Parts: sequence; structure tokens; C-alpha cells
Amino acid sequence: MDTKLHLSASPHIHSGRSTQKIMLDVIIALMPTSIVGTVVFGLRALAVIAICIATCVLSEFLFNLAIKKKQTIGDLSAIVTGLLLALNLPATLPLWQAAVGSFFAIVVVKCIFGGIGKNLVNPAITARVFMLLSFSSATKAAFPVDSVSSATPLGELEAGYSPSLLDLLVGNHGGAIGEVCALALIAGGIYLIGRKVITWHIPVAFVGATFLFMFLFGGFDLYFSTAQILSGGLLIGAIFMATDYVTSPSSPWGKIVFGIGAAFLTVVIRLWASLPEGVSYAILLMNIICPYIDKLTPRKLFGGKKI
Amino acid sequence: MAFFLNGVHVPHRKNTANSAAVRMDAPNTVTIPMAMHIGRPAIPIVKVGDEVKVGTLIGAQDGFISSPVYSSVSGRVKKISDILLSNGAKAPAVTIESDGLMSDDESLTPPTIASREDLVEAIKKSGVVGLGGAGFPTYVKFSVESEKVDELIINGAECEPYITSDSNTMINRSEDMAYGIELIIKYFDPKRVIIGIESNKKAAIASMKALANTDARISVKVLPSVYPQGGEKVLVYHTTGKAIPMGKLPIDVGCIVCNCTTIAAIGSYAKTGMPLVKKCVTVDGGAVKEPKNVIVPIGTSIKELIEFCGGLTSAPEKVLYGGPMMGIAIPDMDAPVLKNTNAVLALTTKEAKTPEASACIRCGSCLNTCPFGINPAGIAAALTKKDFETVEKLGINLCMECGCCSFVCPAHIPLVQNNKLAKAALREEKTKEDRK
Repeated sequence: MDTKLHLSASPHIHSGRSTQKIMLDVIIALMPTSIVGTVVFGLRALAVIAICIATCVLSEFLFNLAIKKKQTIGDLSAIVTGLLLALNLPATLPLWQAAVGSFFAIVVVKCIFGGIGKNLVNPAITARVFMLLSFSSATKAAFPVDSVSSATPLGELEAGYSPSLLDLLVGNHGGAIGEVCALALIAGGIYLIGRKVITWHIPVAFVGATFLFMFLFGGFDLYFSTAQILSGGLLIGAIFMATDYVTSPSSPWGKIVFGIGAAFLTVVIRLWASLPEGVSYAILLMNIICPYIDKLTPRKLFGGKKI
Repeated sequence: MAFFLNGVHVPHRKNTANSAAVRMDAPNTVTIPMAMHIGRPAIPIVKVGDEVKVGTLIGAQDGFISSPVYSSVSGRVKKISDILLSNGAKAPAVTIESDGLMSDDESLTPPTIASREDLVEAIKKSGVVGLGGAGFPTYVKFSVESEKVDELIINGAECEPYITSDSNTMINRSEDMAYGIELIIKYFDPKRVIIGIESNKKAAIASMKALANTDARISVKVLPSVYPQGGEKVLVYHTTGKAIPMGKLPIDVGCIVCNCTTIAAIGSYAKTGMPLVKKCVTVDGGAVKEPKNVIVPIGTSIKELIEFCGGLTSAPEKVLYGGPMMGIAIPDMDAPVLKNTNAVLALTTKEAKTPEASACIRCGSCLNTCPFGINPAGIAAALTKKDFETVEKLGINLCMECGCCSFVCPAHIPLVQNNKLAKAALREEKTKEDRK
């Protein structure tokens, strides 16, 4: 039999994992949060989500076309960026602003640096910070359609009120589309850990350290610390944004250091800065020092320290 | 703190686990390369037209790290010429036309073994090399001070998918193994003999437990079915708890590691005087009609071996010596079965697909899957910048090329292949520095 054989170095089989499958898992994990956001804030939330995703995918497509690069939208990472950005925005945001922010995330933060894997900071987080600084409407929280409340939980906490923990868990309060339901976010996180897309290190270190620091610096108040981790962007940040592969450390210890660092910055900003919310800034700052964390926390090599 | 050795769950595909090995008759011709081991090729000592029998010496050992080669059939030497080996090098090979009689060389007698030196000499003469696939001359491993050997570790992990030839040895050749172990215990006096087997091989574990009952020093260690349990350093760590320091050998922590089929080959030679001339080979893969274990004369062509197994069902994408994680792809099916061939796999396109590589997403899967904590993605990045200091610091010299990193990479980057390049580039860089 005359057959042409393929020659290549081992291994000759592959696990079947792919960037696309990982991104699809992240999208699936964000579904509960997206659905709850739409239920709480109405169809307007869905419009923001749709605009963000569409703009992100289109921007990446056109950018690749313009620079004659192989298309990369098939890896689904632009959809993840658009969805995450939308979930970090209030449902009342003017739609053109959502589009501008999405364009910024994909083109300025990601594509200009070389596309997927090459960005120094998380596109969704950076775009959110850009929007917070640029558009006043991005900082105004939306409120549930039938709500009587007029302040976000963090605003209430800052003003000395006490939102109910049950409301925080199920999403009966104001905030960004994806911030409102702690249970939906936790379900997504459990799915990602179960599917081995992320490990527990960053979310647990981030949330755990935030709770601990809030307890220590916030007057040893269990209710206050719990409300802090259940409100604002902490859970979506710790589970979905801080765990972005590209901008977080690779080794287990690196991830723990990263989580604790982000928690510390969040607590400092929330307690002592003029802003009620600090998760985005905290993650952005940790993104920037991530290469140094990676350098200082290598995995131990088997059979010795010295080379 | 204990070191946790990671790894991957590979598909087992042990399709031939429950079938007894079938003996294949001598083919019309065999082509026996002089280089079936690590080290210098043997030197052909026969001429065209010479009569040989099964077990006749045809290639003499050349130097310390080398091994003798014997005829696997009876017949006449037809040709002596260079052939291309699967590693890209050329070496002489002796082609023998079989007379179909398979008559044994009458001069073969069991060796007289009365001392450690005798045993090492016997292993040397047997032509036995690392039969797990490495092909390192076995006698060299045993050329050590006897007081240094604390443990003899027998590798029955067989962690590669498809392959069941070692299981076959453990189930069907436990007497040969027992004799080999007995001799090593007698002359090397190890404190313990540990047979390491992955948990998915129930019959082999049962057979080896029966063998272990004969001597208090012998024990069976059931290993988790996580690839690569059969890696030498992984096996030593999981059977004895000893971590071999970087750049050192098992003997530096008092261990000798031997594949189970290697041990059986030693036992069989000591009993009969018949050197290593045939091998049990797992023939499998989606393109093979009737996968089975075949006992085959060394030098038989892959083509004839696969034909013996019913031939091919479809054109294979790749044909391999060994398993799909570390095996070597061969360019054509005229390649012969070697001493260290434990499997021949004909894989379909579906089984051996090589997806196109895309950009690294820094997921860290490679780093967190590597049993030894090497950072393949970091090494790849450092190599493009020619930053050899970082390449070395990230653990390149520890790499055993098990392939876990490439197997899990979601961007399908050829990481272990890159590690091989990095190793070679680092060596080159070091020689350049030395010359200065």
C-alpha cells in the first residue's frame, strides 16, 4: 500500500481544548447574570448588552481587515469582552456611549497591542474606567424597574444605611447590569471552576481578603464586611475580570498574591478614597504589575532550587 | 513541603488489554539496524552470503555505551547497507533472507552467573536495552557499586495510550521477570524491589502481586492513572518518595529503574542463553483492522507486521513507533521493528489531528500541567528573544519531553517541540561560551 505519512514531533494527540471552547464556557457562565440583569432592569439592559457585543465583534473584524491580519473573531474573545463590559455598565447608559466604550476596549486596549494574549490590561475593565472618567452617565447607577430605592448598596453603606443581605444576593437593588445578583455570579464562578477554565485561587483570595480587610479596617462588623463583598462590582470583578488569563499571573501563588493585592486596593479605595467603588481601579492596577508578580512567583521546579 | 507532580488524563484506549499475544512467523526478510540503542551503533561482523541462525551475533558492541545485535531469524545475509533511522541519522543495517526454519544457533548456552560481574556481563551480552522505549543499554545502569543500590524500581506504569505490551509481559512472563529479579536481588542486594503499575491494569497488578508474595523485599505500588507515571523521575518519586535532584540520575538517590519487559528479557537470557531477538509489540490505532499484541522477530518490517494484523482499514495519517504522547512518527512502512519498539500505531486523521496554532492566551495550563513545574510558554517567549538565562531558569533542562504541555494547550502551540529546540539552542550557546 502506498500511503503518504505525516511526519511531526510528538505528541500526536491533543486534549481537544481550544481558546474558542474556553471563551464559550465564559459566555455560558455569564448567562445567569445576564438573564437576571435583563429581568431586573428590563429590555434596556438587553439593548446595552447587544450593542456592546456587536460593537466589540465588529471592531475586531474591521481592525483585522484594515491591517490585513488573519480573522480572530472566531475565538469568541470579543464577545466575552463585550458582554463583560455591558454587565459592568448601568442599563440606563446612552447606547452610543456603550458603543464608544466597546470600540475603545477592543481597538485601543486589545488590537493595537497585538490582539488576543498581547494586551497588557483587561479590555473590559480598562474601557469601564475610561467610561467612568469620560461619561458622567456611566457612573450613575440604574435601579430596578419597580424599585423605590434611590441609592446603590455601596452608596447606602457609605451614607450609613444598611441594605438587606437577601436583596444583595438575589439582585433587588441598584447598580450595573451584572452587579446586582450575587447568586448568579457565584453560580457562574462555580461553573468555570468545575469546567477547569479558572482555578479557585484568584476569586477566593480576592473575595476572602476583601472580607478580612473590611472586617479589620471597617470596625469589626460582620454585616458590613458581608455587604461589602456582595455589593458593587466585587464578585463579577473577582470571578470574571480578575481571572482574565492574559492579565493575571499564571502560577497558583501568583494568583493568590494578585487576589490579595486587588482586595487591598479595593478596600483602600472603598473606605478612604472619594469613590464609592474601587474594584475596576484595583484590578487595573494589579494588571499593570502582573508581569512582576509572575516573575516573583514562579512554580517551584522539581528536584532542587539551584540550576 | 511535598512536591505535587501534575500531569494529564490522557485517553487510555487500551484496546488490546484482554487479548493474548500472538506469535508471528518469520517474514521472508528482516532488516536489523545496528543502532537500536542510545550510544554508538554496533559494528556488523557478518558478510553478505554468511549463514546465520536465530541468536547468531551479527553486530559487535562498540565502546561502553553500545549494545551487541543478534540475528532474529535463520538464513543468509543478503545485504549490508546504511538505512535512515527515525531520528534522521544513518546507520548500517543487516538484511537477512530467512530460510523459514527459525533454527536456533547451537552455540548458545545459558551464561554462568556466579558474581555481580558475571551478571553485568550477561546483561551486556544479552543485547538488552531499555525496552520501555528509551533504548539505553541496560548493563550500563547496572555497572555501579553494589552498596549504592537501595531500590530496584520496575517500571510497569505503561502510561501511554494504546500500549499493552508491558502489561502482556507482566501477565504472561512473570516467571522470566521473577528470575531476573532474583538474580538482581542476589548480586546487588537492594533493600527493596518495587514494581510500579498504573491503577488501570488490574490483571497485571494481580500477576505482579503474586510474584511479590515470593520475596518480602518485593512489593507492588499501584500508581494513579495519570500520565506520565512512567517517566523515570515521576516513578522514582511516587514509589520511593525520593526526588532526584536536577541534572542527576536515579542511581544518585540509590535507585535503578528498569522497565518490566527489560527485566523479563534479562531473566529469559539468563535461563536460556537466547539473546534479545524478538519483541512483543502492540499493533493498534484506528487505521489497523485487527489490533493485537504480536510477538515478532526484530527487523520485521512495519508493513508486514500491520498486514499480519489484517492490514489497514484506511490510509493512516501517521504511523508511530511507540505511543501517541512520545512516540516517533515514521516516514515509510518499510521501517523495521526495533529492540525498543513496544508499539506500532497507525493513527487516522481523526486520532492524530494537529490543530493549527493560534496566539498564546497566557492561560498557564502548560505551566500548571508540567509534572516538574517547567514554564513552556515562558521558555518559548524567552527563546524568541534569545534570552538563554531565562530559558534555563524556567527549567528547560528538566524537560523529559512527555508532551503534557502541548496536549493541553488551548492555542495548540507546539510547546514540547519548542522545548526541544530550546534545549539544543541552549547547548549550542554553552559551547560557544566555552570556546571564548
